[in-house]
Amino acid sequence: MTRPDDVPHPGADAAPGHDRALDAEVDDVVETAVEDEVRAAVRQAVSVSVATGLYGISFGALSVVAGLDVAQTMALSLLMFSGGSQFALIGVVGAGGAAGAAVATAGFLGVRNALYGAQLGPLLALRSWHKVLAAQFTIDESTAVATAQRSRRAVRAGFWWTGAGIFVLWNAMTLVGALAGDALGDPRAWGLDAAAAAAFLGLLWPRLAARAMQLTAAAAVVVAAVLVPLAPGGVPVLAAAGVAIVVGQVDARRRPAPGPRPGADPGEERS
Amino acid sequence: MTTATVWVVVLAASAVCFALKLAGHLVPEHWLADERVARTAALVTAALLAALVTVQTVGDGQALVVDARLPAVGVAAVALALRAPFILVVVLAAVTAAGLRALGWG
Repeated sequence: MTRPDDVPHPGADAAPGHDRALDAEVDDVVETAVEDEVRAAVRQAVSVSVATGLYGISFGALSVVAGLDVAQTMALSLLMFSGGSQFALIGVVGAGGAAGAAVATAGFLGVRNALYGAQLGPLLALRSWHKVLAAQFTIDESTAVATAQRSRRAVRAGFWWTGAGIFVLWNAMTLVGALAGDALGDPRAWGLDAAAAAAFLGLLWPRLAARAMQLTAAAAVVVAAVLVPLAPGGVPVLAAAGVAIVVGQVDARRRPAPGPRPGADPGEERS
Repeated sequence: MTTATVWVVVLAASAVCFALKLAGHLVPEHWLADERVARTAALVTAALLAALVTVQTVGDGQALVVDARLPAVGVAAVALALRAPFILVVVLAAVTAAGLRALGWG
């Protein structure tokens, strides 16, 4: 994927003797447009950060309810810093799953961040050690804001402001939630076990637009429910991931050529 | 799990998640550009989350149980369909389950 380094300057290849005053004016207009775009990206980043940071409270509270202490909860938000994986890890630990299953489930949910990184790399065009920090900030929201921008400066502004904004607020709110959760007492009386289920549903919901995703999710529900009484904790969730891998391969074989088939559900291509 | 085991899980899983993020930034782009890889990753994410919803809603150790969590998740689904923000969805589910239990059910 190639991308212009900011908005291309019109007039850069102009013939000798072109109007320099007009050139300067065009440069100013382009410069103003880029500045506006950067400001819009920062505004978007701040609102996404506040919304996402807030539900760090629910993570913090649910984590201590699942049996982690405040330090372990904070370690997850600081070091793992990926909502889906964090909720999954505390879910498996809370359900009495095995250590290996907890690590594997969190890891599988983190695979999509590798794909985000591959997408962001060429857009951000960072030096090597900047990539390490950028990697830690590579999550659903920072990728969404960054890739929605047009010029490289706005891509970078959107990425760094969203990544850093969520990192700071997510960790601060995790601490608030963990301390509150510690003081709550019986989590069931507060409905916190249901809140954890709702949190997973909230993470799943925006991914269900395409038909293939709906069918995979439905199959995962059945597989997990059937396996709960049969397999040790953590296995039902990992088995559902296995179903998705099979569906992904079969689905890809069914349509060798990219692009919609005649009569295909238009929603299916949006995954 | 003992406290020490939980620490091992937390640190090992964090290392795996960071390694995945960094790998994405370091590998040549075309390695992950294959549409099948991207599709499968999206499907795996949806499947894991759907399975986690299930286990968290009706799982109780090794048993399947219908209690206050199921109607609470139903309320969460309605809230999501009405485009409520994430934090409100979570709070509504908690309030529903807590309310039903205060009334003596589930």
